[in-house]
Amino acid sequence: MTTITRRPASRERTADPRRSRQGRAGMLGGTVSKYVILTVASAVTLLPLIVLVITAFKTKTEYATTGPLQLPQNWFNFDNFATAFTDGNMAVGFANTTIVLVVSLVGTILIGSMTAYAVDRFDFRFKKVVIGLFLVATLVPSVTTQVATFQIVNGLGLYDTLLSLIALNLGTDIISIYIFVQFMQSIPKDVDEAAMLDGANKFTIYWRVILPLLKPAIATVVIIKGIAIYNEFYQPFLYAPSPENAVISTALFAFKGPYGSQWEIISAGALLVIIPTLIIFLVLQRFIYNGFTQGATK
Amino acid sequence: MSQVTGTDAGILPGAGASLDVVEGKKRPPRKGVRQRRITPYLFLLIPLAFLLVFTYVPAVNLFWYSITDWDGIDLSKNVIGLQNYIDIFTKPEFLRVFVVSLYYIVASFLQMGFALYFATVLSFSTRFRNLFKGILFFPTLLNGVAIGLMFLYFFQPNGTLDSVLKIVGLQQLTVQWLGNPDIVNISLASTSIWRYTGLSFILFLGAIQSIPATLYEAADLDGANKFQQFRFIIIPGIKRIISLSFILAISGSLSVFEIPFIITGGTNGSTTFVIKTIQQAFTYRQVGLASAMAVVLLIIVLIVTYIQRKLVPDEEVNLT
Repeated sequence: MTTITRRPASRERTADPRRSRQGRAGMLGGTVSKYVILTVASAVTLLPLIVLVITAFKTKTEYATTGPLQLPQNWFNFDNFATAFTDGNMAVGFANTTIVLVVSLVGTILIGSMTAYAVDRFDFRFKKVVIGLFLVATLVPSVTTQVATFQIVNGLGLYDTLLSLIALNLGTDIISIYIFVQFMQSIPKDVDEAAMLDGANKFTIYWRVILPLLKPAIATVVIIKGIAIYNEFYQPFLYAPSPENAVISTALFAFKGPYGSQWEIISAGALLVIIPTLIIFLVLQRFIYNGFTQGATK
Repeated sequence: MSQVTGTDAGILPGAGASLDVVEGKKRPPRKGVRQRRITPYLFLLIPLAFLLVFTYVPAVNLFWYSITDWDGIDLSKNVIGLQNYIDIFTKPEFLRVFVVSLYYIVASFLQMGFALYFATVLSFSTRFRNLFKGILFFPTLLNGVAIGLMFLYFFQPNGTLDSVLKIVGLQQLTVQWLGNPDIVNISLASTSIWRYTGLSFILFLGAIQSIPATLYEAADLDGANKFQQFRFIIIPGIKRIISLSFILAISGSLSVFEIPFIITGGTNGSTTFVIKTIQQAFTYRQVGLASAMAVVLLIIVLIVTYIQRKLVPDEEVNLT
């Protein structure tokens, strides 16, 4: 994807030397300033992260006696990570986040693909109404309705359970439905008809034919939704406040209290949360870029 | 489920009379038609149930609560008309949160400006292009709490920022980044820029790269310079995504929650609209008033979205 679109751009760039000398001199200045700006921007982006890494490896006394930019003496001092992970409730947080993540993703895929299948492959009387309901829902920012959502969650007896987070992840997610509908439109209807001739019913077609063909859309949804769930703070904070229901965000947030100014431990905790994200990013870079470009524009 | 598999063949005739002929089987057509009619609803049952329970019921309740003085616990709710709304728009403590939003709106415009610059520059061939792209984008993926704690340390007295200022000899600029009510919102809004520039950047970059390369070639032949290409090819080419980012920027600025809540908890005059709403609802138990605030925010977001749709019609509504 990127290589195809990039190549024409670079071809366009090679046309530059044919320009007038004046243009080339201006271009050189432009090029230098371009790299200066990009480098400064990258440094600004990385600085808080680098300091986080530096601080996480310092001992308590080292932290107290050195400045934030001074490197730690021992890069193999993992004590802070151990403290954060065991005493800081992060083990529970990671376990709960994993549960919420897996169940929500499976549910989102099923719900999103079922909706997309019904809307794209059937004609039925209230189709317009149904589409309208999903369309209008995209306009309602879920952050605004929490006051009332809280009463619903409470009324259903889901308050302070992981189930509340899962239910909200399933109930307020419209973007994945969009992604599925859009992808489904590109699957030719002949596929369904061929399966129907073979004697498959609508459910078999959905399960055996459509769902496997939706794999690229599923990948996109898993990536953008997965990252969103992993980073979710607002809902766990409101709906699952007990320490045993902590997810990584709320477990990390709880560091603010007991560890107060023990920044070496807080840094280690924050880094523990960031590392999985970094790994996923390095491994799935291309899919992540595409996922975000597709997901956010819908 | 067993009922479902039992209808395997029953659905077939509905797909078309010709199928009956092809298969050489006969089935009662009426049953098939009825089955076919309910099939889409079976697929939609669960999704619609979730949508209604967790999006529409709360949204409708919100309007109802907003005209009451409900505390969230009491079994009865007293209707007090528009009093909550009057409070929001007359009491200084509520008006103040709108002022705080302005910082984030300004920040989001800066953020879009930075993002547009980086996207334009990196859409042309650049050394270490993927590295720059990765670094600039990475904050988008990070956990908000991790970012919050990271910047809490960044802005500490003698923290990262102060140390950097010292190194470059600008220590006289050092202030209480989070303790000074005049500065705190600038610090927090800057954190917001750090966090979200990467997202706008990647959206703009994606849009720029989908502009056909022939346009640039033609412009080159006509002797257009880089700025002219930017002005007359790139900007019109990504108009839609810019306008989309525009609504996201405004509604995002009004619903800022995580960064200020995690870093300052809303102290020193950094309370945002959503922090205030949450406090009213869950700390002060004024669910009626909080609901009215949520309704105000909802209406503002809907108006902004409506204006954006009017100004830049969406070409790609393909949910049909």
